[in-house]
Amino acid sequence: MTVDYWSMAFVFVLATLIGLGVIRRVSRLLHTPLMSLTNAISAIAVVGSLAVTGSDYPGIIRILGGVALFASMTNIVSGFLITDRMLKMFKRK
Amino acid sequence: MSHLTQLSAIVATVAFILALQWMNDPKTARRGVYAGVAGMVVAIAAAWIQPEIIHHGWIVIAIVAGFLVGVPLSQVPLTAVPQRTALSHAFGGLAAGLVGVAEYYLWLREGPGHFTTFRMTALVAEIILGFLTFTGSLMATGKLQEVKWIPQRAVTYPGQNLVNLGVLAGAIVLGGLIVAHPTAPWAVTWFPGIVALALLFGILLIIPIGGADMPTVISILNAYAGLSAVAMGFVLDNRLLVTAGALDGSSGLILSIIMCRAMNRSFANVLFGAFGSAPKAQAAGEQKEWKQESVEGAAQILEQARLVVIVPGYGMAVAQAQHKAQELYDQLTRRGVTVRFAIHPVAGRMPGHMNVLLAEANVPYSALVEMDEINPEMPQCDVALVVGANDVVNPAARTAQGSPIYGMPIIDADKARTVLAIKRSKNTGFAGIDNELYVKDNTWMLFGDAKAVLGELVKQLATSGGH
Repeated sequence: MTVDYWSMAFVFVLATLIGLGVIRRVSRLLHTPLMSLTNAISAIAVVGSLAVTGSDYPGIIRILGGVALFASMTNIVSGFLITDRMLKMFKRK
Repeated sequence: MSHLTQLSAIVATVAFILALQWMNDPKTARRGVYAGVAGMVVAIAAAWIQPEIIHHGWIVIAIVAGFLVGVPLSQVPLTAVPQRTALSHAFGGLAAGLVGVAEYYLWLREGPGHFTTFRMTALVAEIILGFLTFTGSLMATGKLQEVKWIPQRAVTYPGQNLVNLGVLAGAIVLGGLIVAHPTAPWAVTWFPGIVALALLFGILLIIPIGGADMPTVISILNAYAGLSAVAMGFVLDNRLLVTAGALDGSSGLILSIIMCRAMNRSFANVLFGAFGSAPKAQAAGEQKEWKQESVEGAAQILEQARLVVIVPGYGMAVAQAQHKAQELYDQLTRRGVTVRFAIHPVAGRMPGHMNVLLAEANVPYSALVEMDEINPEMPQCDVALVVGANDVVNPAARTAQGSPIYGMPIIDADKARTVLAIKRSKNTGFAGIDNELYVKDNTWMLFGDAKAVLGELVKQLATSGGH
């Protein structure tokens, strides 16, 4: 399998620049929820774990994938839930 | 990769960027969470319906287990949010590391065609970053949770940095050799060595870190967790992983920079400088006595003020005093006193920690003011009330060269007309001498547990009635 690594590097650089630009504007009030939100988002690793767990691979490899899937899923669930829980508390009055 | 997967990757990326965009204002922030969830659901659905996915049982089990652990983890008290966050960085690192290991053995099995230098380099980076983030974050979780067998304070020994860097260098060199000869028999034998060294490095990295450095270290681990997801994207040729990981990584980077600036230190100094071990400079010259104030007297001073600035620190979180602080805010506001909370970026154990605790206690966020905005107002401030903060108001940061906190920007509590400082006890050794704020002419101490003292102040104000 060949990977078009220049286009991947291109995507990485652009995504980082967008990330820096967007996150610089995040309210300082919200830095704790920001961290739990980005943590949930980066648990997108779930799609890689899912492919390893569900494909027709040897059992031991699928077990590694299953543990990774569990870890990512935990981050997604707890990350989004706790972010929302915290954000609900910020009131202007 | 199918058209559907590619399309879902675009949709999810847009959703994630919007999610972060909406975090720029507390009014729109919750919308950001919904966008994030939507992006995630689209991405998972698209990955699951691929024809290669033929075993569904384990996927369902892992997802259900993720909910069973994730839901309780999202309900922890807000004082425990730093350790929950550190734990989630650990899970993120673990997932990346495990997928990296699985892919290596898969490629070995499926033939040498998989091993390009680029992919192998990405895979080694994924494994090193993933596993060092895993153990490093677990250690940070342990320190924050105050687990018995992990010392909270910074632990240092001679040659520590040499040992740490040696272990990291060992992992990188071994990784480099395996990148060059991925299928050689010795490479297959030694491959787990990269994992072991990365795990070890993560532990060693956090041993010399003390509590005050946690906001920076959590941010750095955040960046590593993001980068390990990026590396995983390179390994799996998955653009969505690269974009989402890059967003997480850049967030960790920005937070790290903000934290470092707020302590006037560099990344290297935080990671290898062992802040906690620096000898505390004993104040030379005459030792001034501190002056104590009664609760009644303090209540009177507060009552007569026009502008009161409350400076909270980690001590407020430890004493769970945020609700009493809110009651005090209410009592004073009702009397026409303007009350602001001055938030230092590194107050607490993670970025934004104080804001979340005070928001939970129903303090409106318009009363939460950043250091840079409050400092110009401090000379007009009648009373600065310090609640469980120490370093972030210590004037030694301005004057005492050689002090470990020299050069760190502080909240100018000492410029207020009167300073009231709540402190747990009179005789905690160095702390009183260290912080000359406590012995200044215009400073009055209130000794006792922060929650109890604030509670008494509130009671005093309530009984004296409004005007």
